[in-house]
Amino acid sequence: MLILEQALNGLQFGLMLFLLAAGLTLVFGVMDMINLAHGSLYMVGAFVAAWLVALTGSFAIGVVGAVALTFVFGMALEIGVLRTLYARDHLSQVLATFALILILNDGTKMIFGNDLPLSAPAALAGPVELLPGLQYPAYRLLILAVGLALAALLWLLVQKTRMGALVRAGASNRTMATAMGTDIGRLFTVVFGIGAALCAVAGALLGPLLAVQVGMGENILILAFVVIVIGGIGSIRGALVGAILVGAVDTLGRTLLQHVLREFLPPQWASAAGPAIASIAVYVFMAIVLAIRPQGLFPARGG
Amino acid sequence: MTAERPGAATNGRAGTLVALAALIAAAIALPWLLRAFGLDFYLSLASRIVVYAIAATSLNLVLGYAGLVSFGHAAFFGLGAYVTAILITEGVQSGPLHLAATVAVAALVAFVIGAISLRTRGVYFIMITLAFAQMLFYLANSVKGYGGDEGLSIRARSLFAFGGQALDLKNPLALYYVALAVLALALVALARFAPSPFGRAVLALRDDDVRAEALGFATYRAKLVVFVVAGALGGIAGALSVNLQGYVSPNALHWTQSGTLMVMVILGGVATVWGGAVGAAALLLLQEVLSATTEHPEFWTGWVLLAIVLFARQGLVGLWTARRPPPLG
Repeated sequence: MLILEQALNGLQFGLMLFLLAAGLTLVFGVMDMINLAHGSLYMVGAFVAAWLVALTGSFAIGVVGAVALTFVFGMALEIGVLRTLYARDHLSQVLATFALILILNDGTKMIFGNDLPLSAPAALAGPVELLPGLQYPAYRLLILAVGLALAALLWLLVQKTRMGALVRAGASNRTMATAMGTDIGRLFTVVFGIGAALCAVAGALLGPLLAVQVGMGENILILAFVVIVIGGIGSIRGALVGAILVGAVDTLGRTLLQHVLREFLPPQWASAAGPAIASIAVYVFMAIVLAIRPQGLFPARGG
Repeated sequence: MTAERPGAATNGRAGTLVALAALIAAAIALPWLLRAFGLDFYLSLASRIVVYAIAATSLNLVLGYAGLVSFGHAAFFGLGAYVTAILITEGVQSGPLHLAATVAVAALVAFVIGAISLRTRGVYFIMITLAFAQMLFYLANSVKGYGGDEGLSIRARSLFAFGGQALDLKNPLALYYVALAVLALALVALARFAPSPFGRAVLALRDDDVRAEALGFATYRAKLVVFVVAGALGGIAGALSVNLQGYVSPNALHWTQSGTLMVMVILGGVATVWGGAVGAAALLLLQEVLSATTEHPEFWTGWVLLAIVLFARQGLVGLWTARRPPPLG
């Protein structure tokens, strides 16, 4: 039962990571751009959601409003700043997006303060009995459902629509796609907005479980980078597989490993070493994947 | 992008020498000047600038000269700080021992990280170096015996004894001059590195490592040597930093610290001798001024950095050299 519960937790965290990684992998894959400020969109989404939920009293309105506002904000950011950086080298992109982190972190603090309370809707506060003997929090089920639905929707968008085909063409070979008459630039503003909106979904949904605070994007950003490197830069499918693998390694490492360690180590050692080993396990996992498949699991870039 | 033009005996040279002499004199006289104006408080800021200048210069060697975008340089900075802090916590106060242990550990870890990471390239190198630094970050968080996530405070400092004389880094003046001497040595070494045969080989492999390899350079080994030397120097900066702050926390290893060091290098000027030092001074002074004058220093720092990326493409050193004739070749 414990294993099943933790597997669900891992899947849920993985799906949220996927929402972050989806936008990041396209920016990286199509535009060859390192965007360190992607985690800040996750933070902005969470703050706007917490603010709107407090304002309207409705969790659903708060989340949907935050997604819409972050979508617009993402497009504005792309048009205002990021667009001029696509043609620059990676170092300039690092400097500029690091600057954006500073601006967005402190800007958020100026507007909303250092943190905002955000709790799950009361209707979903209790547990649900999934199987006899397996109680699982209803709110976490909602996250799972939303994550799965959005993953499916995104798959349809990328695989079955004209826009998705253009995005895939861009990820495979941007120059060629442009030469064939695709206006990658304009297309990309919308793609970036969608990526930002997905960040907001993750931020708003994870807000009640983690904490809505300034700097919340920094650690999860690095995990999202790990996900897209494992999955193959530019590949949505790779991001999904990578995210679920990383979510599983992280969550299982955090909980099961602790139980195993307790068998061999004194409890205070086990509780200290467990989270550290779990955090490190994610990076070791990435190193192993890269050693075997240097381009990630699903390389998107064609010749 | 070439750093120094060897044998560039132009009329700009005399001016540069005068500026250099003035800068050295100012750096040496700074503690007295501060005291004369009653600004002793700023000595620790000056020391912090020098310490970060060393760290950024070491990163510039990897990032600028060898063209390896290492996103995990805080690993070595943090390691140096932790090695020194742990030795002091265990009652070892000998400065030479701290230095030896710091260099040995930082170089060894840089060797292991470099040996693995240098097999990858491009974006994957960025991510692997980042991953290794994050591993050390989580490791430091979990070692409860040495502070865990709360960090480690030290009571004593590194003590260097020469015969009857003792140099205690607890004395802010001693720390400033030791750090300044390390920085000066690092800058001189870097200035001599670029025109040296090994330096030219490294610059060649940065520009085209397939061609450099075809010409017979052992490119992998050369990159590894640069990576290890830079790691050791980064460690020394970390050891100085813990002597300055009296405190080290896992944040010294966090990726945002690596990012800050990278920002300093890019801000100052990639692959220029002075880039790291100028960038460190500019960023720390900017933050200092903005914290004194505004309520949200990071917000305005961000805007200044953004403006610099968009308008000063070669970094701050580039603004200076752009007024001179462009380098040959």
